[in-house]
Amino acid sequence: MSFVLTINGRDHPVDASPETPLLYVLRDDLRLNGAKFGCGLGQCGACTVQVDGKAAYACLLPVAAAAGRRIRTVEGLGTAEAPSPLQKAFMVEQAAQCGYCIAGMIMRAQALLDATPRPTEAEIRAHMQPNLCRCGTHMRILRAIRRAAGLPVEAASA
Amino acid sequence: MSVGAPSRRDALAGGALVVAFSMTGHARAQEARGPQKTVPPALPGSLKTTPWLDAWIRVDVTGQITVFTGKAELGQGIKTALIQIAAEELDVPPQSLRLITADTGQTPNEGFTAGSHSMQDSGTAILNAAANVRMILGQAAARRLGVAADLLATTGEGRFKAPDGRLAGYGELAAGLSLHVEAQPNAPLRSRQGGKLMGQDYPRVDIPAKVTGGQAYVQDLRLPGMLHARVVRGPSFGTELTGPDFAAAQAMPGVVAVARNGRFAAVIAEREWTAVQALQRLQQAAWRRTAPPLPEGRPEAGLSGASQDQVIFDKPGGAGGAKTVKARYSRPWLMHAAVGPSCAVALLRNGQMTVWTHSQGVYPLRGALAQLLRMPPDKVRCIHVEGSGCYGHNGADDVAADAALAALAVPGRPVRMQWMREQEHGWEPLGCVQVGEAEASLDASGRIAHFRYEVWSHSHNGRPMTAGGLVAGAEVDPPFPPQVPRPIPMPEGGGDRNAIPIYAVPAGRVVSHFVRDAPLRASALRSLGAHLNIFAIECFMDELAKAAGADPVAFRLAHLDDPRARDVVSRCAEAFGWAARRPSDGRRGAGFAFARYKNLASYCAVALEVEVEHETGAVKVGRVTAAVDAGEAVNPNGLQNQIEGGIVQALSWAGLEAVGFDAAHRTSFDWSAYPIARFKDVPRSVAVQVIDRPGLPFLGAGEASQGPASAALANAVADACGARIRDLPLSPERVKGAIGV
Ligand code: FES
Ligand code: FES
Repeated sequence: MSFVLTINGRDHPVDASPETPLLYVLRDDLRLNGAKFGCGLGQCGACTVQVDGKAAYACLLPVAAAAGRRIRTVEGLGTAEAPSPLQKAFMVEQAAQCGYCIAGMIMRAQALLDATPRPTEAEIRAHMQPNLCRCGTHMRILRAIRRAAGLPVEAASA
Repeated sequence: MSVGAPSRRDALAGGALVVAFSMTGHARAQEARGPQKTVPPALPGSLKTTPWLDAWIRVDVTGQITVFTGKAELGQGIKTALIQIAAEELDVPPQSLRLITADTGQTPNEGFTAGSHSMQDSGTAILNAAANVRMILGQAAARRLGVAADLLATTGEGRFKAPDGRLAGYGELAAGLSLHVEAQPNAPLRSRQGGKLMGQDYPRVDIPAKVTGGQAYVQDLRLPGMLHARVVRGPSFGTELTGPDFAAAQAMPGVVAVARNGRFAAVIAEREWTAVQALQRLQQAAWRRTAPPLPEGRPEAGLSGASQDQVIFDKPGGAGGAKTVKARYSRPWLMHAAVGPSCAVALLRNGQMTVWTHSQGVYPLRGALAQLLRMPPDKVRCIHVEGSGCYGHNGADDVAADAALAALAVPGRPVRMQWMREQEHGWEPLGCVQVGEAEASLDASGRIAHFRYEVWSHSHNGRPMTAGGLVAGAEVDPPFPPQVPRPIPMPEGGGDRNAIPIYAVPAGRVVSHFVRDAPLRASALRSLGAHLNIFAIECFMDELAKAAGADPVAFRLAHLDDPRARDVVSRCAEAFGWAARRPSDGRRGAGFAFARYKNLASYCAVALEVEVEHETGAVKVGRVTAAVDAGEAVNPNGLQNQIEGGIVQALSWAGLEAVGFDAAHRTSFDWSAYPIARFKDVPRSVAVQVIDRPGLPFLGAGEASQGPASAALANAVADACGARIRDLPLSPERVKGAIGV
């Protein structure tokens, strides 16, 4: 079936069976690398994108349900040469080891910052809870989010 | 000679050479693969096995420099560190260098990227190869300019400068000579005075693409005409599907082929989702166990089998101290559990198999694949492309084999094979269960008089050296015999890594028990046996300190002679504020631990504070402080990143993780059945002090913090609430049970 997906502000016609998870369409048809396959189960957040401003699992969302909604991927934030403030904060904090989780982390954090520009530490952690990082880059990811939000980069005491 | 004289680093700001590099410009492959040869032992690092300079560094006529390493980027930042080393020693801008990593068609064979060896092996080789190249180019420049070599200086942008200002570029000099010569052991290194590149927090070269959706991983490879494949297996290692309906899968629209060989099967489709759906269809079949049933009961049940026993430390004497302490520690089976399941792309074209893989060892993998595919090794090329972080031997090699077998069915078309989440959890090799038993006596002054330690472990090395080491090797017809697990000898050791106490003990004995037959699939997980052994010995040191009525840090220092070890312990304690820490109040406490990885690599100490919730047994980690001495720190921020990541990961292992299984199969098949630390579980903060040792050998730090972090956690819990938990993980149930509420 044909669908029109609105991704990073542009319309893309795609042809896929309606139950195909958005993730495969983004990666294979539209050749976008940002959203990653991690589990396909909604357990890890590697595939996180924004749908109508909210963080969503691209591995669970059927393409038929994604059509007509505003989809944003990490590619829509900025580029290596002109990174968005959040991407820039990840670079400054060197917030990656293998980096496989990072695009998903950025997209989930962006959804938080869009809604809550100056979140508390507890809000940040609660919001980021769905996304896994096996390299243990959490401390740097938190610093990058605080930096992008204009908060002190060191953790406030609990 | 001052060809090695320091020159101003302002050249770093200068423009990079913008020169296209021709892939066909050199006969690189043949030379890099040149015959192995024994050379005098004086050559450092991997120059011992690959002494030719042009195997490591090439300079083309335009001056473009390409550096080759047999090690792979695993997210540990090795690319960046190697670029810093080469640029420093060649005195060129780092951004002007090209770096080629592990590729059997191009790079030296440096075995596996594992064991915190990359800096010692490859870093050292590239440092010295670069010094050699600069020396040879300097001699050529001296001849060309008619000036004594010691009057020349490098300019920082790939040229030599004579006192009268005349210049000679590396490219023109290299054009007139061959770098296919053996390295000299004593080529002078540049002085490290002034604004050097090594020792600086040069930004990681791979991070910009990773934060902006650039192509960064083997998962992101999209070759023309590429097909998507999934491998068809039972739910976990040691099982198989019974009678999957291959005809039905083959008949699904979009399925190109079902590749079968013996019990091996893969579905290949035009679209990835089709391959997933075909796999799901096939998995509707029943499954059965093909291997002996798994032992039920305690996770260490399998360790009671026959063992190969070896005394690895024996210092007689020191009978009967005043007080004796005895304790037994264990860890369960643990999973690497990469966030991205293993993936590979394979292409069979004109009788040549090319495999893009995130394997840690492209050369050993090539050998195993050649056997599996029954092809000559020179018809198989393995090219490393990054994957999700692996932390040891995970499914990377197996999926490469699966991809290659699938590619045989569709010659001329690249096949991208990716494991599903349940396949990664179910089939990856695990870090094995271990038990350590310690006993010591203290003399009247509270010092250790005698120390005994015994460790029981399965193998930590199931890496594929033959086709029998690959999952598919047992499935194809005829199958390959499984590899026989062998212990890794000391001094590095496997199950007995770090089993010998680093502390000064007047007498003692350490015995290593190697239990060959493991019920589950075992291989290398970050830090191997050092994790349990450091956990055991460092918990035991706290138990001894308590028996001696001594402060844990003071007790360690009283038994440490090595000044670098003492520095790390003192620096960590100081940065943490150990002496002034708040006394435990039944809920809050602090813990300390220290180790030198393998007793010969990096030194690392960890101090942390915890709060134990009595009602639930939940342990919250607050502030964590670490100190590390990894020799000369090429990139301190990268080193901190490794230590921080190791701490957070080890706290997840120690606090939460254990692979579950019943008689038939592994039951930890996804993230809900194998939880790892999430944002609410990780420490409030982690701060790492780097003790730099300029000019001292690189020690490598990828695995240095695993043991100390785990032990510091248990020590902090014991300090906080008096509950000494000796079996990992320190799960809430266990903590709650130990507190007795
Ligand atoms: S891949 Fe979507 S949540 Fe894991
Ligand atoms: S950086 Fe490797 S999984 Fe997060």
